[in-house]
Amino acid sequence: MSNQSSVEILTEWDIVAARQLGRNVAKELGFGTVDQARITTAISELARNIYLYAGQGRIEIQRLTENGVKGILIIAADNGPGIPDIRKVMEDGFSTSGGLGAGLPGVKRLMDDFRIETILGEGTDIRATKWLR
Amino acid sequence: MVQKIESQYKEILSQYMQRQSEQNLYVGQNFSRQLISENTSPEEVISMHKAAMQDLYSDMPEEVWHSFDFLIEMMINYGLALQERQSLLKRQEELKVEMDLAAHVQETLLKTKLPALEGLDIGLLSVPARKMNGDYIYFISDQAGHAGVAVADVIGKGLPAALCMSMVKFGMDSLNDSTALPTQVLETINRVVEKSIDDSMFVSMFYGRYDASDSRLTYGSAGHEPAILYRAEKREFFELPAKGLLLGVSPLATYEQHTISLEKNDMVIMMTDGVTECRTDEGFIERDVIFNLIESKKDEPAQAIVQYVYDELERMQNAELRDDFTLVIYKKI
Repeated sequence: MSNQSSVEILTEWDIVAARQLGRNVAKELGFGTVDQARITTAISELARNIYLYAGQGRIEIQRLTENGVKGILIIAADNGPGIPDIRKVMEDGFSTSGGLGAGLPGVKRLMDDFRIETILGEGTDIRATKWLR
Repeated sequence: MVQKIESQYKEILSQYMQRQSEQNLYVGQNFSRQLISENTSPEEVISMHKAAMQDLYSDMPEEVWHSFDFLIEMMINYGLALQERQSLLKRQEELKVEMDLAAHVQETLLKTKLPALEGLDIGLLSVPARKMNGDYIYFISDQAGHAGVAVADVIGKGLPAALCMSMVKFGMDSLNDSTALPTQVLETINRVVEKSIDDSMFVSMFYGRYDASDSRLTYGSAGHEPAILYRAEKREFFELPAKGLLLGVSPLATYEQHTISLEKNDMVIMMTDGVTECRTDEGFIERDVIFNLIESKKDEPAQAIVQYVYDELERMQNAELRDDFTLVIYKKI
């Protein structure tokens, strides 16, 4: 098991590495199979967005403890073009209808907490957390 | 709660594993309804299945358990699609409520009062094809015996048409003159519409001013469906043509007007194209059909006639209204 807590996304294979990292951490923290699959799907979706739209970026996985509750934080950061219309990409049906996958609303649903910051021409920073219940 | 569901599932599954009967499958399907009503996702169902199988048949080969993990992974996106569908359904419901409210506001906003004039019987019916009406009727009258009526139709249906109609109402309200002649009314409303609405929106409008003192109707039209005159004595129908551009096309448009005298039991029938463009699977309903409907009820009150025409046309079209339907009858009595 690697101690590396972040994965650079440059090629499609890096998406798999990011998933692997996330799954290992989720398993260690004690998430069950279904939640592991949800966390991994969220990572997959975020990494794929970086690969497709920003070209390159980074997925970072952090272990959290708050008031004795353990959790996992996914950070997806890139220096890509940014998202011009956040409301639109957060709308249901926007990405799924084109068969693009769960999209950002999907990531939000898979996780407990979701934040997005994006600046046109500078990049995007997405943070998603899931707590161990 | 979760544990209760899990043990229930295990019990139902175990029954089926012992005996593969239709009865046990039926119990399983009923249970799935409960799961759906509790928003249990597909991946959770498979996870529950795996746990139950592990309890019941712990000595299965590892490959079987791996296969369930694989299936869980496969189901995550299905679970998301389900959640998305639920949220879209909720959104749709919200939009429906909003539309109902808007339709109610429109109804109140565009309400008009039928003039009560000696010697003139008026019938009116306006039915929208969708929630919002793109047809509009406006009456104005006074003690001196003038009864003006505007019948307008926005090219288009639904919400955009309804919003557009408000402009016509405000134009008529600001004019507020029951003695105004059609030329003046149409030119004024044309300027309002031309200034205030989108270039892609056009309104057709018929305006008629009846003067009870001499039983004369003066009328004009802005690209609207021609009104029909029924001469009771001859028992014949005549079109009332009047040239004029649709409202909103050009601020310089001018409108002609004509005057006719009404004799006892004569009728002026004003309508929107939702009436004349009624059609069945075999094609448009001929004008003659509409004329025959009117003539067969010519001795009835005007309101009964418009209602009858609507009921019959609706029946011919299998209750399917393709366009907003508005019919007004002025009957001299």
